[in-house]
Amino acid sequence: MYETNYHRASSVADAAATFAKGAESKFLAGGQTLLPVMKQRLASPSDVIDLSKVQEMIGIEVSGDTVTIKAATPHYDVAQSDAVQKAIPALAKLASMIGDPAVRYRGTIGGSLANNDPAADYPAAVLALGATVKTNKRSIAAEDFFKGLFSTALEDGEIITQVAFPVPAKAGYAKMRHPASRFALTGVFVAKTKSGDVRVAATGASQSGVMRVAPIEQALKANWAASALDAVTIPASGLLADIHGSADYRANLVKVMGQRAVTAAG
Amino acid sequence: MSTVKLTVNGKAVSVEVEDRTLLVHLLRENLNLTGTHVGCDTSQCGACVVHVDGRAVKSCTMLAGQAAGSNVTTIEGLAKGDELHPMQAAFRDNHGLQCGYCTPGMIMSAVDIVHRHGGKLDEETVRHELEGNICRCTGYHNIVKAVLDAAGRMKVAQAAE
Repeated sequence: MYETNYHRASSVADAAATFAKGAESKFLAGGQTLLPVMKQRLASPSDVIDLSKVQEMIGIEVSGDTVTIKAATPHYDVAQSDAVQKAIPALAKLASMIGDPAVRYRGTIGGSLANNDPAADYPAAVLALGATVKTNKRSIAAEDFFKGLFSTALEDGEIITQVAFPVPAKAGYAKMRHPASRFALTGVFVAKTKSGDVRVAATGASQSGVMRVAPIEQALKANWAASALDAVTIPASGLLADIHGSADYRANLVKVMGQRAVTAAG
Repeated sequence: MSTVKLTVNGKAVSVEVEDRTLLVHLLRENLNLTGTHVGCDTSQCGACVVHVDGRAVKSCTMLAGQAAGSNVTTIEGLAKGDELHPMQAAFRDNHGLQCGYCTPGMIMSAVDIVHRHGGKLDEETVRHELEGNICRCTGYHNIVKAVLDAAGRMKVAQAAE
């Protein structure tokens, strides 16, 4: 790892001010991606600003029809939260499937979203549930937040402070885990909103990162059942192809994971 | 350089380190606590697992500065004098190690697993929960046996307290 300067932020305002002072600052949340990348010398920030102890960024609130997860809340706490398990069980389940136990103790929802790895789990939930990403500057709708591989609408120095999820009528998540990395070879999150709309998002599948899956949404709107997807075909164009699976394989996985997610949602 | 103050195995320490220092290097190189191992250095293998404020984390994927003010327990902090921690004893009794390189991380993760699951631990859960720890010798079989054995011993020890 190249030399860097470590700062522990005491508040969101302090983090933003410290960030602005560095030549090439980076925010550090759980560090489960950033630190390995720094060790590989693929990132060499002049300053890292640690958000993981910023109290106003930690915690979970459920009020009415909204689950709000503050950005520095670790995956473990989301997975274990009684409130999340009750309001959006699929979201707690998703958090429990990220990485391994040690990673879940450190990794955070804000860090995952800001990084926007094309095979990360949280982006699928944020997009399918139509969540709102709140930053120290504004609120960003899920549709406007994800901008392709490792790219988001965040401006330089902008900090995700919390994510607000509308509570759906039903939701489910299923993923085919890469057995070594435990990232999603493909993961699909299905949600039926309280107004009856159906939103489906797939991660790990597309070359452009997390995506909505229109054919599955249409089929589930007509009939919310795993069997409703039997006749659906997902086009392979634009899907990822690598040593772990071809685009055709991933196209089929989108359908199969979609079916399993519907079954999980009930 | 920064001064990092933390508690390690119950002892308050103050260490002068470069900001890029990883927690595992502070433990091994500054405090000579070489029981915590660096295996892969890519957060895959779990040989570096220690407890930070009661949570089993990979100390190769945490800056020393992030642990400032925290309570850290390493493999050296588990035994009470000459008396092995029940998890350590169970690993010995069940032949839960061969070369021993992964063992400190396995044991620290396993203690955390038992703390979280208590009496509800079964073989499937142990295998699933140990997925962040890699062993290239044992095929995991005796490690799983050791963790289940220790879970029973820790329950008995807790009941006796």
